[in-house]
Amino acid sequence: MLILIFSITFALEYVENIMSQKVLLNQKEVNIILHRLACQLIEKHTDFSNTILVGLQPRGKFLANRLKALLQSDYNIANVQIGCLDITFYRDDFRRSNKVLQASTNEMDCVVEGRNVVFVDDVLYTGRSIRAALTAIQAYGRPSSIELLILIDRRFSRHLPIQPDFRGRQVDAIDNEKVIVNWKETHGEDNVYLIKQ
Amino acid sequence: MSTLSVDHLLGIKYLKAEDIQLIFETADHFKEIINRPIKKVPSLRDITIANLFFENSTRTKLSFEIAQKRLSADVINFSASQSSVKKGETLIDTVNNILSMKVDMVVMRHPKPGAAAFLQQHVDARIINAGDGAHEHPTQALLDTYSIREKFGTVKGKNVVIVGDILHSRVALSNIFALQLLGAQVMVCGPKSLIPKYIYELGVIVETDLKKALQWCDVANMLRVQNERMEVSYFPSVREYTQQYGLTKELLDSIGKEIVIMHPGPINRGVEITSEVADSKQAIILDQVENGVAIRMAVTYLLASKIES
Repeated sequence: MLILIFSITFALEYVENIMSQKVLLNQKEVNIILHRLACQLIEKHTDFSNTILVGLQPRGKFLANRLKALLQSDYNIANVQIGCLDITFYRDDFRRSNKVLQASTNEMDCVVEGRNVVFVDDVLYTGRSIRAALTAIQAYGRPSSIELLILIDRRFSRHLPIQPDFRGRQVDAIDNEKVIVNWKETHGEDNVYLIKQ
Repeated sequence: MSTLSVDHLLGIKYLKAEDIQLIFETADHFKEIINRPIKKVPSLRDITIANLFFENSTRTKLSFEIAQKRLSADVINFSASQSSVKKGETLIDTVNNILSMKVDMVVMRHPKPGAAAFLQQHVDARIINAGDGAHEHPTQALLDTYSIREKFGTVKGKNVVIVGDILHSRVALSNIFALQLLGAQVMVCGPKSLIPKYIYELGVIVETDLKKALQWCDVANMLRVQNERMEVSYFPSVREYTQQYGLTKELLDSIGKEIVIMHPGPINRGVEITSEVADSKQAIILDQVENGVAIRMAVTYLLASKIES
């Protein structure tokens, strides 16, 4: 019995060591950051008449929807246009990664030609998704400008010369750490974790 | 499931229901892509595909080629009529010569049943069967069932009748396998001489009266009489075949319900189907052609993802 208890305690400690998680942002902090990002967008895009927020599938969609709702409810900016862009077929790691690529839907019902596009995603890591998105958006037209809004910017991890124009929080995470962003819509509350693997 | 259980598409009988589901879901994405102003994605830019057609084809060949080009693959085309096959070269020699030019995938149509499976055992490339004799034509069955799914939302529980020359049709056999995997009830209808004996073992309903078949079904898939594969006469005359098994507006009006009409092409207007029916709203023949590109993009993409870089 004693051996069993010891071994369970040891196993639990081991699991804790290899999978420890730290809260990077709690619900309140996420909320403050969302308000700041919304204000920064207003500062640049005023009434959003020529702007489209494009959430990058699958996870950027939540942030884009949240920003749209916030701009509408707290800052009286109605009719913020949003779209969702899937980059699966534009990625550069097709056949090069063990991870199977699964596509999401594109919801690009608005005209992109001549508009100011703001890509919206939760985490900026290597920058390769953004490179794919820059190619993917061309299938819908030639935007007048493209900017990048990111909730979490993992600096020191970039493979490409890509930097955000609007940034929620910058974190220094090493390669075997993972940043997880949870949204109210899917996990019941907003928070950001750093998980060590 | 996010990857196919097979490395080659030789026939529907080697697939699982989940494979077909994955192909359909992937095709949904490609269907959206081929309706954009820019209809191309760069996924397969480092893949080379050879289309080997040892038998005539218009739709399938063009559909495969356009699907491959939409995925940015490099494409080479080969027709037996303009090749060294006429000089006596064997199939394996021909294909191995083509593979020496660093080809990753082969799409092949061949008049002999089992040609694709034979090729797969002897050459090192991904094989897609684009029709082997009277055996299988998997991408046609996939696009047919995909079109039914698009029309009704599901294939499960639907009654589908395949009308015409079942004996010589690879489309019929692949369709039977695909429809049954997806949970549809299948009936075949045609003159007794054009219904093979083995068909009873596949668990399909056999009917010789077209009107009864139409009253039973939700979807009628009309097949062409394959005169080029007939060494003897299987029915007295084309006129008599048309009278018994030709789909006319009068016949459709008489069954008292609206059914969906499909045809894999090429259509012999006035034989198995009248122009009035083929061009009517009930016919989804041109939707099938559009879906064919999306389905072939999906199959090519999913098989290419299994090629090691």
